[in-house]
Amino acid sequence: MKIEISKMLQKKKKQIIDLWMKNQLADAGLREDLMSNDELRVQSEELVDALLKRLNEENLADIDSSDFDEIYEILGGISITRARQGFSPRETGVYIFSLKDALLEILQQEFKNDATQLYNATIKVGKLIDNFGIVTFETFIKGREEVILRQTDEITEISTPVIRVWDGILALPIIGTLDSARTQVVMENLLQEIVNTGSSIAILDISGVPAVDSLVAQHLIKTVSATRLMGAECIISGIRPEIAQTVVHLGIDLSNIVTKATLASALKYAFSILQLEVRKKQSNSVKI
Amino acid sequence: MDRRTMATMTTTPVTVLNKDSMLIVKEQDVVPFRNRVKEYATKIGMGLVNQTKLITAASELVRNMLRYGGGGNTLIEVVSKGRENGIRLTFSDKGPGIANIEMAMKDGFTTGKSLGLGLPGTKRLVSEFDIKSKPGEGTTVMIIKWKNG
Repeated sequence: MKIEISKMLQKKKKQIIDLWMKNQLADAGLREDLMSNDELRVQSEELVDALLKRLNEENLADIDSSDFDEIYEILGGISITRARQGFSPRETGVYIFSLKDALLEILQQEFKNDATQLYNATIKVGKLIDNFGIVTFETFIKGREEVILRQTDEITEISTPVIRVWDGILALPIIGTLDSARTQVVMENLLQEIVNTGSSIAILDISGVPAVDSLVAQHLIKTVSATRLMGAECIISGIRPEIAQTVVHLGIDLSNIVTKATLASALKYAFSILQLEVRKKQSNSVKI
Repeated sequence: MDRRTMATMTTTPVTVLNKDSMLIVKEQDVVPFRNRVKEYATKIGMGLVNQTKLITAASELVRNMLRYGGGGNTLIEVVSKGRENGIRLTFSDKGPGIANIEMAMKDGFTTGKSLGLGLPGTKRLVSEFDIKSKPGEGTTVMIIKWKNG
């Protein structure tokens, strides 16, 4: 006699949930501090409900079946809420895999006398639950990746601000490594801002660049040349002593470019080009 | 600056105290690698100037490896010779190799569009420099920067 696995499991729903709950409660790793037993039961019942409702003989062997979309959604939800509540990925994994234990126990009771059918059913159910486990992990990692991607976007956005320090003087502090993609953004922002503000002097501050190798230097030289083509003068500031030594040893020729040790001295130089003068007034306020 | 010839450089007997390797396959690996080198250099108490020189040299060679060799493997070692400690970096790729090393070591020579200072500049930045390359088989560059060198 061939018993339909899905029908049989549907009939034993209550038993499955009870068994699963019993397994979970018996587990030493149960996190009662993060989730009450009642909540756990509600969550587990929802999952078993959805699973048994959708399960039939055909899709049992087909883990990609669209019938399981709803279950994947529930699993995704569980994975994300659990991640937020502070469960570790392992705990969420154990939660899903303990359902397998419960299901297999039921199967074992049912197919006590039929080894072949027990074997077949075990393989199928095992595969299905393994796939559920994978889905929860994927969702967990996807959640984390989204956070990282968002942060990367934010960093690129805020990392190249063009500051108007004075009428006709722009400053661009560069923090981090200058690679080709970054140089492109820096150059675009800077050239656009030169047009927008009609500035005649741009200060590139590299205090925040950890190392200047020949590629970074080449990018700097290109940016300076482009700025000059726009009719503006470009000053590179923030050259630290160790950077100066390294650049000399590397043999990079920056002698055609005005360079200053600090942003302050670059600003002072810019003032002198624009023939501006900063003086101390008697009332201590700064006036030009 | 160290101006010994390449032949004597390779024969320097050193003791390896600690080693670590890192695979470089994309441009995003450059910064983590540099930070790793910096970590080791700080650990042995290398000064800021030498640290910057080493990091710049490492950055130069890693970029070369990515650009011309299509990525490769790097080895970071803490080495000692007598009372002197240092960092040894080995970069090996399986790229097309360098046809004429002598030309590649000249200032301003490049097959790409760069400044042509990578290899000769790196040599000036470090204490010991060794390059081996076979066309069609790949390139291996080894550099040592002594703590006070």
